[in-house]
Amino acid sequence: MSSVATSGSTTDQAVRRVAIAGNPNCGKSTIFNALTGLRQKVGNYPGVTVERKEGSFFGSHGEPMNLLDLPGSYSLQTRSPDEAVARDVLLGRLPGIARPDVIIAVVDASNLERNLYLVAQLLELELPVIVVLNMVDMAEKAGVLIDLPALREKLGIPVIPMVATKGVGMIELKQALSQTPLQKPKHRAPFEPLVEEEAQQLANSLPVPLELAFPEALLLLTLHDQALDELASHDGAVIDAARQAQHRIREAGLDPISVLVDARYAWIHSVCHASVSRPGTDDLLSVSDRIDMVFTHRIWGWIVFLAAMGLMFFCIFTVAQYPMDWIKAVINAFAGWVDKQMPESDLQSLLTGGIIGGVGAVVVFLPQILILYFFLGILEDTGYMARAAFIMDRLMSRVGLHGKSFIPLLGSFACAIPGIMATRTIENRKDRLVTILVAPLMSCSARLPVYAIMIAVLIPVASVFAKAGVMLCMYMLGIVAAFLMAWFLKTRIFKGETPMLLLEMPPYRMPSFTSIALRMWERAGLFLRRAGTVILALSILLWALVTYPKPADPQTSKADALAQSFAGRMGHAIEPLIAPLGFDWKIGIGLVGSFAARETFVSTMSIVYNVEEDEDNRTPLRDTMRDEKHADGTPVYTPLVCIGLMVFYVLAMQCISTVAVVRRETNSWRWPLFQLAYMTTLAYVASLIVYQGGHLLGFQ
Amino acid sequence: MSSETAEILSAMPAGQRGRIAGFDLPPEQRQRLLEMGLTLGAEFEVIRFAPLGDPIEIKVRGYNLSLRKREAAGIRIIRL
Ligand SMILES: Nc1nc2c(ncn2[C@@H]2O[C@H](COP(=O)(O)OP(=O)(O)O)[C@@H](O)[C@H]2O)c(=O)[nH]1
Repeated sequence: MSSVATSGSTTDQAVRRVAIAGNPNCGKSTIFNALTGLRQKVGNYPGVTVERKEGSFFGSHGEPMNLLDLPGSYSLQTRSPDEAVARDVLLGRLPGIARPDVIIAVVDASNLERNLYLVAQLLELELPVIVVLNMVDMAEKAGVLIDLPALREKLGIPVIPMVATKGVGMIELKQALSQTPLQKPKHRAPFEPLVEEEAQQLANSLPVPLELAFPEALLLLTLHDQALDELASHDGAVIDAARQAQHRIREAGLDPISVLVDARYAWIHSVCHASVSRPGTDDLLSVSDRIDMVFTHRIWGWIVFLAAMGLMFFCIFTVAQYPMDWIKAVINAFAGWVDKQMPESDLQSLLTGGIIGGVGAVVVFLPQILILYFFLGILEDTGYMARAAFIMDRLMSRVGLHGKSFIPLLGSFACAIPGIMATRTIENRKDRLVTILVAPLMSCSARLPVYAIMIAVLIPVASVFAKAGVMLCMYMLGIVAAFLMAWFLKTRIFKGETPMLLLEMPPYRMPSFTSIALRMWERAGLFLRRAGTVILALSILLWALVTYPKPADPQTSKADALAQSFAGRMGHAIEPLIAPLGFDWKIGIGLVGSFAARETFVSTMSIVYNVEEDEDNRTPLRDTMRDEKHADGTPVYTPLVCIGLMVFYVLAMQCISTVAVVRRETNSWRWPLFQLAYMTTLAYVASLIVYQGGHLLGFQ
Repeated sequence: MSSETAEILSAMPAGQRGRIAGFDLPPEQRQRLLEMGLTLGAEFEVIRFAPLGDPIEIKVRGYNLSLRKREAAGIRIIRL
């Protein structure tokens, strides 16, 4: 409540707090970036994983102002955590976040009616509102004519035409924001007299500051029964009062669910009727409609879709290889340089092997992640993302997910971390959680080196096609497992109504590369910080595990030293557990090491078998592994063990960075631990079936 | 709004224009659709169906929206 008390004052000495609200995709971020430049920081709202973007800028008299970018929302009557945050900020409900002094309401001029719905609600908040009529260029192209004076007159607040991508209108916006005092809205949608009366009465009984009571009351009046039951922000007496008010409205033959919405749209209709005209556009097909005749065509649609996804993958796996090689070279050179600067010691080994090697193993993936984000940015900003979801929804709905889950899952082929961070666009909490839980089953690029070495051991002389075939099988296994698990989770654990899909299909637009670049920069920073800190700690831990305790005799071979180390002992300790899978303790060491990052399997095994590691030539390791024998002389890497090991890597969650990111994104340890448990079980059982089942069928 | 003349949205062919006549959907979904502009009497046009037959894309209040047939089956309409 204290935040409410401080937010009430609009003293003009204080820094003005400005909030940007608007529907998704109306250009809020572009305006935010144009105003703040790089003076912004990204965080989370307390207790929820909704992105919070804050920044500062100077008004037209040089006075500093604070800017908060609210999550895109269609309504204050919320359904998603993102929308709830927007509402709570505007109502001053969030502890520690003062209620804004003024709202910038961004609307898409080419889609005015639907966009004005949120504005109609914002006008009920009794806060100054400035409407930014963005994308007037798009509206012009679409043949929409807007009579500005009429629109200003009808809305009763400042309206500023803007082309955010070109910076048009920014000066006028700043001037409007610098007005003192800021004007509160003069108009809002009028409601039925009975509804006005009930809302006023309910408002009087609410234990909140005066200017908040009416908007709160309106929200309460329109909540349906179940939502009222689940309401935590008000006490029982208030909820009873709301129920009774709703009952009286119903008695009068009105529907509380629709009466306010209808009134707002009726008002919007009168506003638009007076200010918007579309001369002669009625029968013309827009450019977007014509593009969609191909892009969502029954046959062409799939071809375009597969081509787009194919191109993205091609870039992630081939183009990214070059910068990845450079990064690897730089890291190796740096490690080598550090090596030479210091005498041989534990510190030297910690620095080069532990820290530089471990962190380097993660940083190497940065190019792939950046390329993924580049494509995601293009897909999103052009509007194709909505079409991809449109095309894929039918398939995804079979397992209870919806079209929007497709892109995060696809992204997880590069790396589960950006994939999981991309689930933020999924409104429904359960859908989002299920997508997060199955995302790491998609084979990420860190598994590639493991598949590569195991396939080489399995079929050393086979053709490239046979090898690629095995690789493809592993990818398919991951996809099938993800879909089965999603289906299982949705039908058994997260039961309940399948949420509905409401997908806006925005017109196609030219993407703005600066805004995509800015987002890539932001994401890259997040990735490096989040994964980097954990990986750093774990790299040090892992280094300690393979290094200590040191053998008494300095002449001991590396392999023997490893066998005696903690990691070696752990390998021995888990041997009884993994013996049924056909794995020995040496493979156990590889598994233990893989928890930091899967691709370390190769380097760990190189140490285990005392093979000089050579980036370009894996033959020595392959041959050593093929020659490796159990104590009784039988080979360790039988075909079943090779397949079982790959299957294990497909299904197991051996990635501490993913655990950390899931913890962040779900805000609790519960889900990452559940995920770790189910995936490890799945991996174990599957390789058990491969090994034991294969034996029963007479395979080796 | 008499139920004899009303048909359901999901059964409309592409290109069909119509007017929203009512809903057979739970309150939460109904409210969401209303807020997206599908109020009683609002005019729409069925634009297309996805390649696999579902979802359905409509144009309403000057923008394009897709929704699944399952929900579209709960939207009563009158052909125009
Ligand atoms: N043509 C045009 N495109 C714009 C304008 N403002 C934003 N965009 C583009 O619209 C897309 C969505 O903008 P964004 O700021 O990400 O929207 P948000 O989802 O509301 O934050 C981006 O591709 C922008 O480049 C504008 O005034 N005119």
